[in-house]
Amino acid sequence: MNKETGRLYKAFIYLCLIILAISIIVPVSWVFMASLKANSEFQGNPWTLPASIMWSNYLKAWRDAGMGDYFFNSVITTSLGLIILLVVSIPCAYVLSRMEFKGRKFLTRYLKSGLFVNISYIVIPIFLMLLAWNRKIGKPIFTNNLFVLATIYAATAIPFTVYLLSNYFRSISKTYEEAAYIDGAGYFKTMVDIMVPMAKPSIITIILFNFLAFWNEYIMALTLLTDTKKTLPVGLVSLMQSQRAAANYGPMYAGLVIVMLPTLILYMMVQRRLTDAMMVGGDKG
Amino acid sequence: MRSKRKRRFIIACLLPAFVLFTVFMVYPTISIFMMSLYKWGGLSANKSFVGLNNFKILFKDANFIKSFQNSIFLIVVVTLVTMTLAIFFAAVLTREKVKGQNFFRIIFYIPNILSVSVIASIFSAIYEPQRGLLNGLFRLFRPDTWTNIQFTGNQKLVVYSIAFALIWQAIGYYMVMYMSSMAQIPNHIYEASGIDGAGRFRQFIDITLPLSWDTVRTTLTFYVISNINISFQLVNIMTQGGPDGASHVFLSYMYNQAYNNSSYGYGLALGVVVFIFSFGLSALINLVTKRDTIQY
Repeated sequence: MNKETGRLYKAFIYLCLIILAISIIVPVSWVFMASLKANSEFQGNPWTLPASIMWSNYLKAWRDAGMGDYFFNSVITTSLGLIILLVVSIPCAYVLSRMEFKGRKFLTRYLKSGLFVNISYIVIPIFLMLLAWNRKIGKPIFTNNLFVLATIYAATAIPFTVYLLSNYFRSISKTYEEAAYIDGAGYFKTMVDIMVPMAKPSIITIILFNFLAFWNEYIMALTLLTDTKKTLPVGLVSLMQSQRAAANYGPMYAGLVIVMLPTLILYMMVQRRLTDAMMVGGDKG
Repeated sequence: MRSKRKRRFIIACLLPAFVLFTVFMVYPTISIFMMSLYKWGGLSANKSFVGLNNFKILFKDANFIKSFQNSIFLIVVVTLVTMTLAIFFAAVLTREKVKGQNFFRIIFYIPNILSVSVIASIFSAIYEPQRGLLNGLFRLFRPDTWTNIQFTGNQKLVVYSIAFALIWQAIGYYMVMYMSSMAQIPNHIYEASGIDGAGRFRQFIDITLPLSWDTVRTTLTFYVISNINISFQLVNIMTQGGPDGASHVFLSYMYNQAYNNSSYGYGLALGVVVFIFSFGLSALINLVTKRDTIQY
């Protein structure tokens, strides 16, 4: 390659990189900008900067449009889901990866098949199942229930989580368990006091990935929470629809920022960890 | 004594996870297949067995065929474009000395951490005919003569608009995947081929691509599933299948049949077809892309 084409090639590469970067940065920062505009400013050119900064858009979105309530619903569902997932998955992954027993291979495969089942396929059958449970009990307690939603989030995350954790547990040396056994520790104590602390990096990765998945989940929350109790992503969509109809654009974009900001902040803090962990965990679809 | 305690421990550890998994994932999956054989309004108890009748109606349903075409288009075109771009950007960011490499990597990954509802909202803002970013941009260049494009309101355009959002969403994720597999290729192979006079393009074709082929294969099969899933949610939020059914994909049509039309059995028959289709496609991709793994 001579110097001339070399320079052209470099220029081409930078052009491609910059175009893609702009296509991501511009719309995202435009949303932030639009969230501070007064309503009248949406009439003209969308590319103009806000004349005055309307923080009141946020107040309207948070209080009047219910985004504050949705925010707390999301916090409850996400944290409950994470707790259930960890309590259930860590012992399961530990036993499947570290202990010898009959049927272990079959159980591992059975769980792994769940990696191919997507939440979107099974959302309708789950909804119908919960309705049937409601009918059996005679009270509508299984739908519109944040705890049930959190449990389902946890359940659908089990295959990926156990798969990732098992890989990590398998890489820890057997001698730690043997030493604990000689010291007289029981199975439970060995798991909780010795193995779990050692698996901490992998557990943090799991929390990060599933936080994003639970916080962002849309279709399950839309289907299973049918009354006013909504999570943020679902609340956002109804906010978009109602505010657009009422031509209330400022609060609409403020609502969008309220959903987006926590994930962006988390990502900026841990982005290395998140992208590096992807190679270990493989794809989660 | 010890073995009894061991058994109790194993069961206690496995039981909760397997119960949850079976109740909320395995059972619903099986029930898709069972319920697809019934004619059923869902909320009422009257359910009648109709055998394969739902499937017979399905293949004569013009709306289903339209949603099938859309889905295939989105799977094939979006996959090809996304993968090509992701491989290109990954190769550039691992092989070339680019200033701000980290910056680009971080920025490109951002769409992947956003909720589908956020992505749909952003793209609604971009596509809006009056106040949208794109029409606003075009109007800047041609202030008097510009007529607004209906990106999601035009039956012919709407699928392309959805496709664009899908590509935007996925490039960064797959790029990071490919970067990690490309980074593992030892540098001396490139040095040796450089001495032999191979240019960048030759090196990409002969070294980078074949040595990361395994990753490409796995991501391809997974991408089909995630594409079906995300396109459904985008359509559900952005267009609800409109205008006039022009943008329905598999699962959005299924959802529509089940909830708006209250024909759960019919909707789930659709689910079965999608299920079988996506598995068949994954198997096919697996078969077609099979090469001997190259060791280095």
